[in-house]
Amino acid sequence: MTTDLRPGRNGPPTASPAPAPPGPRPTWRARLARLDVKGAPYAFISPFYLVFLVFGAFPLVYTLWVSLHDWELASGTREFVGLDNYDYLLSDADFWHATVNTLGIFVLSTGPQLVLALLIANTLNRRMRLPTMFRIGMVAPLVTSTAAVAIVFTQMFDKDWGMINWAIGLVGIDPIHWSSSRGWSWAAIAMMVDWRWTGYNALIYLAAMQAIPKDLYEAAAIDGASRLRQFWQITVPMLRPTIIFTVIISTIGGLQLFTEPVLFSVGTPNKMDGGPMHQFQTITMYMYDNAFGHDRYGYGATVAWALFVMIIVFSLINFLAVRRTGGTK
Amino acid sequence: MRRGLSTAMAAVLVGGLAVACGDGDDDKGGSDSGPVELTVDVFGEPGYDALYKQYEQSHPNVKIKQRKVSTLDEYKPRIQQWMATGSGAGDVVMLEEGILPLYMQQKAKFLNLFDYGGKNLEKNFLPWKWQAGLTPDGKQLIGLGTDVGPLAMCYRTDLFKKAGLPTDRTEVGKLWPTWDAFLSTGQKFQEKVPGSKWLDGPTAVFRATVLQNAGSGAGYSFFDKSDNLVFDSNPAVKQAFDTSLKFETSKLTSDMSIFTPPWQTALKRDTFATLPCPSWMLGGIEEFSGSAGKGKWDVATTPGGSGYWGGSWLAVPKQTKHAKAAAELAEYLTSPEGQVGAFKAANVFPSSPQAAQDPAVAGAKSAYFNDAPIGQIFGQLVAAVKPVHLGPKNEDVRAAVENVLISVGQGKQKPDQAWTKSVDEAKKAAR
Repeated sequence: MTTDLRPGRNGPPTASPAPAPPGPRPTWRARLARLDVKGAPYAFISPFYLVFLVFGAFPLVYTLWVSLHDWELASGTREFVGLDNYDYLLSDADFWHATVNTLGIFVLSTGPQLVLALLIANTLNRRMRLPTMFRIGMVAPLVTSTAAVAIVFTQMFDKDWGMINWAIGLVGIDPIHWSSSRGWSWAAIAMMVDWRWTGYNALIYLAAMQAIPKDLYEAAAIDGASRLRQFWQITVPMLRPTIIFTVIISTIGGLQLFTEPVLFSVGTPNKMDGGPMHQFQTITMYMYDNAFGHDRYGYGATVAWALFVMIIVFSLINFLAVRRTGGTK
Repeated sequence: MRRGLSTAMAAVLVGGLAVACGDGDDDKGGSDSGPVELTVDVFGEPGYDALYKQYEQSHPNVKIKQRKVSTLDEYKPRIQQWMATGSGAGDVVMLEEGILPLYMQQKAKFLNLFDYGGKNLEKNFLPWKWQAGLTPDGKQLIGLGTDVGPLAMCYRTDLFKKAGLPTDRTEVGKLWPTWDAFLSTGQKFQEKVPGSKWLDGPTAVFRATVLQNAGSGAGYSFFDKSDNLVFDSNPAVKQAFDTSLKFETSKLTSDMSIFTPPWQTALKRDTFATLPCPSWMLGGIEEFSGSAGKGKWDVATTPGGSGYWGGSWLAVPKQTKHAKAAAELAEYLTSPEGQVGAFKAANVFPSSPQAAQDPAVAGAKSAYFNDAPIGQIFGQLVAAVKPVHLGPKNEDVRAAVENVLISVGQGKQKPDQAWTKSVDEAKKAAR
């Protein structure tokens, strides 16, 4: 798809603001006017960059600096150790365990979530009664607080008194020990994530679907294409940029998963453990636990940087993968 | 979803700024003439509410605000950030025995209470409690002792009756002179009452036995007195581990950790019959069992003789704006009369011998626990307590090993590999 979003070119591009005034030297006023024309756009966009500099770039660089130290907040140790923390990280089984957990939960949540969102959006895109009500209903999970969602779900997934084990007990299935098994705890957390984010992605897809010209569908219908075929050969390809966007956003969010698994950790006194065997400890929990739980601030910063690099790499992989599968263009 | 990273980022940022400019504004003057608001940071239930009111009445210019979180694990990261950034801490902060050694390493960030009349207070405390609040060189008084946790055993009289066990507390105490006897009593109990477990989890047994063995042995547990990790070479630890593991492999516990939500729910039901009880645990049982649990619980002596678990100190961070007023408040709260007041409100047993002898403590009975003479029970136990040296990473090691024990009970860890796994985890935690 090659939609050109640049403004139309009516006439030649504006070469210079105005012909220079006929004086020997530009006046003070004219210089100011030129500065206004040239500089104003930068001034207008500068607030974002200034805020980013203070709250984005500086912490990023500062975290890198911290990660090069044996730095402990509670005991007061602070010693430059170079890349020692990174060296340890590479062979730190706990870190890689947390990485596998994070990726596992990410895959379990994002795959079904995006497919479901696409199907919901497609349904909402048809003629139906009370369309606004259903569309707004989609974002209802998003406006509830994550903490509330996690607490309710955690109670539902309780081994002894939870609603889900009660329900599957009715059909004769043995109770599942959701929080102590690695796979089941991932599934439970993935469900919390999906409950919250599926509607959000569905709305994004819906908005993009409504921008697809109707005549494409009409032409396909005349050619005898079924609804399903229209969906796969018109809707999905046309949505490709949107799908890339949602995949990347989900990757960034999924790799930073924190609140849901923390609140799911009801069995251990330290909520950052992610269960006694660390079976659902995510990277961000491991980072927090190191920095603030076990007084290894420097190592926590190292984990933060590893996560940062990982997010960039995974976003790129996803971007390339989705672009390749989305069509031949 | 993304709040985790941004919180960490913000902490990093704040940390950087505060390290850069945090040290300049120590206001040691602390004028007492104007109205002063003092913040006290605590965890659990210290039982100070009535004391604050009293103090405000005798010091009309002082207002006291308490900030309380329910568990030590919630408290730890908060105080760590306050101390590191040099701002945010209360004027008086509570330091538990597990984190006191950590902050001893940063003594410059706390007032020396010797400069605020602390010199005359030594007689108010058990000698080892006083000693632990001092820096190793003895020159700086960082913390004043609040409570100590002499260890008893709480049990459910109604469940004991069901199992045909005696219910009278002296008779019950005689059932378990040793932990082995405690284990075999538990097996008998579970045969008769299959719906309930004997213990809440392995963690309390582990804590209790580590401290018992270490107290009667070398005087240290996971770390020797130079803070080297001796987890795998200290027989006190191995022995305690094996004792706790036996309860897991015999399926005598519910695999829970104290104060977690499932544990709180279990207290309202008949999930387990016994619970190792430092004095402050009585407050927890009463809070989470609620009125339905009244009269169902009683207190007997613990297997293996005496023991203790927990206890705290009050310290004043240097970042306070009202050093003098804060030190005075800390001294008041830890004074014999302050400790008597705290005991009355929350059963936290005094570290002050004068307070322990006060009739309000020594003669105290708990209506909730079948009128058990808790003052007498804990008073006898506290006299036999032998202090144990704790290293700065003691809590990290303990929590890591408790996790291994719990996963044995959940069937996720093979019992014969549990010790090796614990040694690994302990080494990683102590790093």
